Amino acid sequence: MAQVSAKEIKNRIRSMESTKQITKAMEMVAASKLRRAQMQVAHSRPYFEILRDVIRDIVSHNTEKSLPYFESVRKGEMKTACIVIAGDRGLAGGYNSNILKKCMEEIQEGDAAVLPIGKKALDFFRARNVPLISESYPQAEDVCVSDCFTLAKQLCKAFKDGEYSRILIGYTRFVSVLSQVPVTMPLLPLEKEENVQSASAADVLYEPGSEEVFETIIPEYLGGIIYGALCECRAAEQAARRTAMDSATQNADEMIAELSLKFNQARQAAITQEITEIVAGS
Amino acid sequence: MTAFPLQIVTPDGLIFDGMAEEIVVRTTTGDMGVMAGHINCVAPLGMGRATMIIDGQKKYGACIGGILSVLDGTVRLVPTTFEWADAIDAERAQRAAERAKAALAEKNISQEELRLAEARLKRALVRMNVADQGNIR
Repeated sequence: MAQVSAKEIKNRIRSMESTKQITKAMEMVAASKLRRAQMQVAHSRPYFEILRDVIRDIVSHNTEKSLPYFESVRKGEMKTACIVIAGDRGLAGGYNSNILKKCMEEIQEGDAAVLPIGKKALDFFRARNVPLISESYPQAEDVCVSDCFTLAKQLCKAFKDGEYSRILIGYTRFVSVLSQVPVTMPLLPLEKEENVQSASAADVLYEPGSEEVFETIIPEYLGGIIYGALCECRAAEQAARRTAMDSATQNADEMIAELSLKFNQARQAAITQEITEIVAGS
Repeated sequence: MTAFPLQIVTPDGLIFDGMAEEIVVRTTTGDMGVMAGHINCVAPLGMGRATMIIDGQKKYGACIGGILSVLDGTVRLVPTTFEWADAIDAERAQRAAERAKAALAEKNISQEELRLAEARLKRALVRMNVADQGNIR
């Protein structure tokens, strides 16, 4: 083994220690943010789920054809609009790259435009020259409920005008503190699920009329789903960062232990050598 | 009275999940009452007072925007905001109403601002109204 000087090892230990302090601090910050985000998810998740179920049930009960949002107005080739929610900052393990990769796969075929939320998503798609619908949401942290609804209205209008034939949302589902899954979910056009019971296709009363009802509730639905997804993403990001920083701290610990051993060995070797020299000289 | 399952959920959380006997909510076209055995129905919600009869007790809430869905006997109310009468901060609503009125009194405001201020005023008025009635009964 090449002899590394004790001083060099000592320097490396010192730098490793300061890195460890940073990762440790980041872990603690993420942990406290995670707690808040988790509470938010606990509140928003029932909304997200019930809203999704309501729309799914309404759609599967629907017997009328030719309502807005059921079919794309756009003729010809597909054009997808994809909402992508990622984080604002890195150092969160695979959180950002997982969701971005997943969305990239989804929009690979055919024409697509992306609506990025969060700085990482914005940078990623800008660098790849994917057409962007809007660049006004660079901070995922700052997006609030009313932003979600404005965004939803804008997308619904674009869909009805035939600008897009399909609207997707890509977000990271917060399964648990240790597991976050990137998913994409189709939003528009509304599709009937095949396996849902169609026997009870009793007529549904739309008040005031089926078209008006869908005109009003679909933007509402989209806005709610975007908000719910955003809450999931925030929690997932903090959880991913916490885990990543926790393992970084552990790695730093291991390396410090290894280097300390080397340092001690080197010091001992130097002492032994010195003694040998003295003994040999006398 | 026969009860039916009712769920009220907003972006801020699950407000109510249980059995109710009757609800009356303000839809975009006027008040609509739902009792057990109602026909399947979907309606967008307006802004207004919602009355619920739960275990024989009348309860009021300020219910703003969203969707009412009655499917196969289950009633799901998915408003943008919902507050029970006793949870409304009447003073805050009062202040919001005054601010919105002041904004509306401005001569040169844009169409967008006008729309926002009107919506704010309406919401504040609904809250104040509901808070008052909630205290009396």
